[in-house]
This record gives sequence, structure tokens and C-alpha cells, in this order.
Amino acid sequence: MSWPATTPELGKLGRAILKDAKGIITTSEVLYGELTLTGPASRIVEALTVLRDKHGFQQLIDLAGADYPERERRFDVVYHLLSMTRNLRVRLKVQTDEDTAVPSVVSVFPAADWYEREAFDMYGVFFENHPDLRRILTDYGFHGHPLRKDFPMTGYVEVRYDDELKRVVYEPVKSVEWRNWDFLSPWEGAEPGYAPIPGDEKAIPQVKDARK
Amino acid sequence: MTGAASPAEATDFFAPDVPGETKVRKFNINFGPQHPAAHGVLRLVLELDGEVVERVDPHIGLLHRGTEKLIEARPYQQTIPYMDRLDYVAPMNQEHAYVLAIEKLLGIEAPYRGLLIRTLYDEIGRILNHLLNVTTQAMDVGALTPPLWGFEQREKLMVFYERASGARMHANYYRVGGVRQDLPEALVRDISDWCDQFPRLCDDLETLITGNRIFKQRNVDIGVVTREEAMQWGFSGVMVRGSGIEWDLRRSQPYACYNEMDFEIPIGLNGDCYDRYLCRMQEMRESTKIMKQCCERLLKTPGPVLIEDNKIAAPRRGEMKRSMEALIHHFKLFTEGYRPPAGEVYACVEAPKGEFGVYVVSDGTNKPYRVKIRAPGYPHLQAMDWMNRGHMLADVSAILGSLDIVFGEIDR
Repeated sequence: MSWPATTPELGKLGRAILKDAKGIITTSEVLYGELTLTGPASRIVEALTVLRDKHGFQQLIDLAGADYPERERRFDVVYHLLSMTRNLRVRLKVQTDEDTAVPSVVSVFPAADWYEREAFDMYGVFFENHPDLRRILTDYGFHGHPLRKDFPMTGYVEVRYDDELKRVVYEPVKSVEWRNWDFLSPWEGAEPGYAPIPGDEKAIPQVKDARK
Repeated sequence: MTGAASPAEATDFFAPDVPGETKVRKFNINFGPQHPAAHGVLRLVLELDGEVVERVDPHIGLLHRGTEKLIEARPYQQTIPYMDRLDYVAPMNQEHAYVLAIEKLLGIEAPYRGLLIRTLYDEIGRILNHLLNVTTQAMDVGALTPPLWGFEQREKLMVFYERASGARMHANYYRVGGVRQDLPEALVRDISDWCDQFPRLCDDLETLITGNRIFKQRNVDIGVVTREEAMQWGFSGVMVRGSGIEWDLRRSQPYACYNEMDFEIPIGLNGDCYDRYLCRMQEMRESTKIMKQCCERLLKTPGPVLIEDNKIAAPRRGEMKRSMEALIHHFKLFTEGYRPPAGEVYACVEAPKGEFGVYVVSDGTNKPYRVKIRAPGYPHLQAMDWMNRGHMLADVSAILGSLDIVFGEIDR
């Protein structure tokens, strides 16, 4: 199979993987020329082992978290695999929530070590049996998980050098609130939650209070 | 570890049971965060037995800026400059991966001349990166002249960046659907002339370091990576090619104009620091060949460099002075931007350091819902622990140098 693989070829590969991994990988979909698989989080180790040993995906290229707060299980953990011998890529997604740990895949791909630490740091996803699940990118003693959608852009603390104490001190954020300049449509003006355009207030019809 | 908690005792140094033998205690030392051989802000906690490294614990994140979070809050078009600030040694290669991802979502492709310019500037980026890496690696093991010679050429390449985009490093030149503006013919000719003289500098550099006894003593058989290890640890780029795996995204999953370029892919044999150095040297020569071919084609094929669709690419300034429609498009584009359909894509390029990938999730609005940046240096630095075990303290900087680390992309 040569690059780029066509949608029918990928669809065929997806069906073959589903057959080999019954119950471990549950759906397959080809979109934008990429094959996406999903499965239950608890069996991710088996799923990746099947993909590595039976289908030749030797490399874990990337592991990403993603946050969908409106969902019951809010987090996605996304594994990107690459097969150098077959020149193919595949994506595997599992879902989890704040309390349920995903089994660590370090035993299948050692490269997952830091990626899982990063997902834990950024989203607070727990990984079971991870050898060393510490924070990795944020500051020593950092609180919270910054890439969660409910984490404010400005964060909670800011640092400055205190000349009297002769050291760097942490303080609650004092700077102005993050301004979300996002006009989803500049013609329609302010939508709830977005910054209003000056002059918009004139266009909003005055709602009369029924009690008066 | 000595210190207030565990003061040194006399028995630590003289083992009483073996007369005449010295007992050596293990030491923990901090390498960095401010160390010239750390290539940025890296803190390595080294556990040493005498001068032999037993464990390496890299502490990263000192340059973490929350790029992914910032990108989630801005329209697509305004997020391209963040890519420059990742691997600031070869900025345009990162932009390339990102615009490829958005183009995939939108289902568009840049015009041919735009692709040629991208190929040309990707290769300039590769040489920028390899020149920095090869010469500073020589500096880490004691040679001072290579960086002086190499940086002279880097300066010239940065001027090419500046003449195309207006900025020496943070170019913000690639656009979704092409590049910002066309290259003047004089610039293409100058780049072509530069390509003619550059191989001579490669020869000069090689006479300085390739056969150099000190350089070889410090690099040959140091930091050996086998093929299996390179696979398991998610390596890419020179880190797999140095171990003898023929894998280059420019060849195996071609993008831009690479499928029509004539170039070779150098492969190492032993997977040590020296082979990786040789690969980088040879890659610079191959990049020069590609650049030369791009210049020839650019001089022959005029045409648009950016797609005409003003729903995605901004209209030209001159057009806006006359056309009301262009003005409206401009306003819409710079307030609202465009809305790619919902979905998720992964796009990657062969950046100088390895596979640079971007995973973009779109929810159908004008801002990306999630962007994950796959930096090649991240898995490479992860391997510091097992690569250094059993090596001497002085080898740490040689191995670190050959991993080709830049903290802009690792810490994001």
C-alpha cells in the first residue's frame, strides 16, 4: 500500500483490525483520509499490542489528551501510531473521566512514558501502572490542569521578584481579565459570553419589564 | 548526596574493611538549567558513580508557555505565528505542518508555485538547523572554529528569510493555501548563487571535524541507538536514519514538491553520535541540491502563490483600495476568520529534527478546539536516561548535542 492510502484501502484495514480485535477495538471510521479507531479505555494495552504485533504499527508517534466537558466521560486519550514498514498511520481514541485511570501503555511502547506524564499534567488523566507519573511541563508545585476547558487562560497565580524578600513570590493573578475577542459573526454582534462590539447596545431592543 | 540532611562521614571515603581501597559515594549533580551545553533551559539531575552516569532525570518545562492553550483561543489565521516560536531554529518547517493540517480540514491545496516556495524554505530551515546543530556539537566537545564558520552562513540564510517574509526568525510566512507573497526574482537568483558556494563550506567544515581525532574520540561509539530502540522510543528524523532505518517523510509520505525533487537520503550504520553527525552533514548537501532545483523551477514557472479564494486567503492590499467586495472579505477574514468543518486531522512534515506533527480537532467554529503539537525533540530527550547510562559525565553533553534539542518545541 503506497502513500497516500485511499479511503477504501483504509476502510479495509479498519475492518481487518476490527476482526482481529473483537471487543478491544469497537469502531473504525475513515475521515479526511485518516483511519480513526475507538475502543474501551480498560483494554487499551491489548488494543495497542494487537496493532503493533499483528498489523505492524511499530511506533507510537503521539499521545494526546483532549477535554470535552459536556460529555459524561469528559476526556479523550488519543494514540497516533505509525507503521514504517507499511507506510500507514492510524489513530486510536479512548474515553475516560477524572477518576477512572487508563492503563498505561509503557509496557507496549516505552515512548508513552513522557506522553502520559504530559496528559496527566495537562488534563489530570490518570494512568494505571505508569512507572513515574509526575508533572512534566508545569512549574514545581503547580496546581490544576491547564489544558482543561474550565481552566482560565490567565491561570490562578502569577510570579514576580520581591525585592524585600529577595526571592520570587507567587501571588493571585491581578492582571485584567482575559478578553475573548471572538466575533463568531461580526455582523450579528455580541453573542452571550463574547465581548460586545461598541455600539451594539443601541441595537438591542429594550425589553419592557412586565410588572410595570 | 551530601548536604545538611546527610553530612559526609569519614567512612564514606575510606572503606575500613579493605585497607588502601577508596570507597566512592554516589553523587547527584544538577546539569543546568543554565549551562552552555544544555542548549537552552534544561535541568538534568544526574546520578553519578564516580564519573559514570547511573541515572539521568531531565526536568523540562522551564520554557513552557502554554502554546496549545493559547492556540485554542484564537481564530486559525492568528495562530500560525505560534508555530515559529516552537523550534525557533527552523521556524518555517513548523508552519508548514500546521497549514497542512488546516488545508486538510478545509480540503484545499496551495498553487504549484506556493508549494515550490514552501519546499525551498523548508530546506533553508533544514540547513539553518543542521548548521547550528553540527557546529555547536563540535563546540560542545571543544572545537571553536566550526560555529564561527557555520554562523556566517546561517546569517546569510536568515537574510533570505528576511527578504521573503520581513523577519529573520519568526517569519509567519506560510498561509493556509500558499505563502504570504511571491519571491522577487533577485532573491531567487541570490539563493541560487548561495547554493553554488555552500558545498565548499561543507567541505571546509568536514576537513575541520570529520577526521578530527578529538572529535572522533568524543563521538564514535557514544550514545548508540539500535534499530529496535529507535522504533520503540518513537524516534524520527536523523535519530532513526543514523541507526540505519531508511525513513524520511519527504520520500515516504511526500508533501509540497518533494516527489519531483532529486535527492538522496543519507543513512548511518552504527547509530552513534558520529553517524548522526555524518548524516546531518550529508543532509545539508542534499538540501542544497533541492534548493537549487527549486530555484530553477521558480525562475521558470511564474504564477499565483496563494489560492484565490478570498474566503480563506486575504485579498491583496491594492485590490482592497478599489474593490468593496475585497474590503468586506478582508474584514470578515480578520474578525471572524473561516470555519473549517468539524473533524480531526493529523498532519506532519519532516522537520530537521524529525517528524513534526500537528493534531487539530475542529468543532466547526472559527477557532481550533484542540491542537496537539508533536515535537520530534520530545521523545528524543526522553531517551536521555537509557542513552547515558554507563557513559562518562563528559559524554552527556556529546549525546545531548547529537539529539538536537531545542526547548521551544519540547516545552511548548
